[in-house]
Amino acid sequence: MRKAALIVVAIALAVGIYEVGRRSSAHSKPGVRSSVVHSLAPDFSLQDLDGQPLQLANYRGKVVLLDFWATWCAPCRDEIPHFVALQNQYREPGLQVIGISMDDGPKPVREFYQQFKMNYPVALGTEKLAEAYGGVLGLPVTFLIGRDGQVAAKYVGEVQMPVLEQEIKSLLQAK
Amino acid sequence: MLLCCGRISAMVDLWKGTPMKSLVRFCFVVVVLAIFAATFVPAGYALATGLAASRSAAPSPQTEAQSASELAPGSAQLINPEDLVNILQSPKGEKPLVLNVGPHLLYMQAHIPGAEYIGAGSDSQGIESLRRRVKPLAHKTFIVLYCGCCPWGHCPNVRPAYNELHKEGFTNVKVLYIPNNLGADWVYKGYPTIKGQ
Repeated sequence: MRKAALIVVAIALAVGIYEVGRRSSAHSKPGVRSSVVHSLAPDFSLQDLDGQPLQLANYRGKVVLLDFWATWCAPCRDEIPHFVALQNQYREPGLQVIGISMDDGPKPVREFYQQFKMNYPVALGTEKLAEAYGGVLGLPVTFLIGRDGQVAAKYVGEVQMPVLEQEIKSLLQAK
Repeated sequence: MLLCCGRISAMVDLWKGTPMKSLVRFCFVVVVLAIFAATFVPAGYALATGLAASRSAAPSPQTEAQSASELAPGSAQLINPEDLVNILQSPKGEKPLVLNVGPHLLYMQAHIPGAEYIGAGSDSQGIESLRRRVKPLAHKTFIVLYCGCCPWGHCPNVRPAYNELHKEGFTNVKVLYIPNNLGADWVYKGYPTIKGQ
């Protein structure tokens, strides 16, 4: 009787230890880097849709709105007209919008660019660039980069335009 | 498992070799039972409530037909990330064929181990690729589709892919319910992830 009880208890303990270990290992694997906010924005060198070089470092001294988007992403499409308007409104004091499309090819992006009369450079993204920015594992993702090249903010999902505009104004005021 | 066996063996030796008094033995059993309860009672409770909820929320044929195209949250065609993790990690049971029907760049950054990249469900090439992949399979094959590109209601990929399999006669298809995106609902929760091809 005692032996039976001992075996039951031992099995329970063993299974318990195994289960706790399994769960903790399942949750301890890190994903890709979650954020680059408050650090220097990773530089990149790409070609825009016209084949022109597009390098982030060339915009040092400006406030950069870096938008990861795709033509098939509904919230991204909703944001684009606002970004076009922001580019028009704040170009003079130093805002530069840059679009990084996560589409699988350039054709739909070119069509979209024309259709929405986009007024800022757009390039096709790469896996390496996405990872440099902490992983773009869902769209849209928007970064605001200050004049000093530091990432000031990251917005995951459709951004609230009043909040974004306020942050842009604040960054533009910094010299 | 070897580690567990070692621990059992050590405990049995401890039990046999040490002249424990009744009180000590009682305390030992209480502690072991406490560990056992802490480990399994929540899981058992969750299982029980989950079964109860699924019974009470069992969709009528009409609801099921509607959600086949809409894939509304809570519908029977969906599977939650945690449930899929449990199925994939369980040593027993049928493993699903996991198919990614989202954008390639997302798949390259992070995907579920074993998941095959098919192509975006929103374009005709992706659907054609899906059709080719499942053509040799039995209609009862357990298939899980997923994307995770954007919030559930906005995902352009999973519904066309699901509807295609439904149309082709597959009867055991689930769609991974990703409310926000793959990052928030899978990768950053620490679920198994790999990158690359």
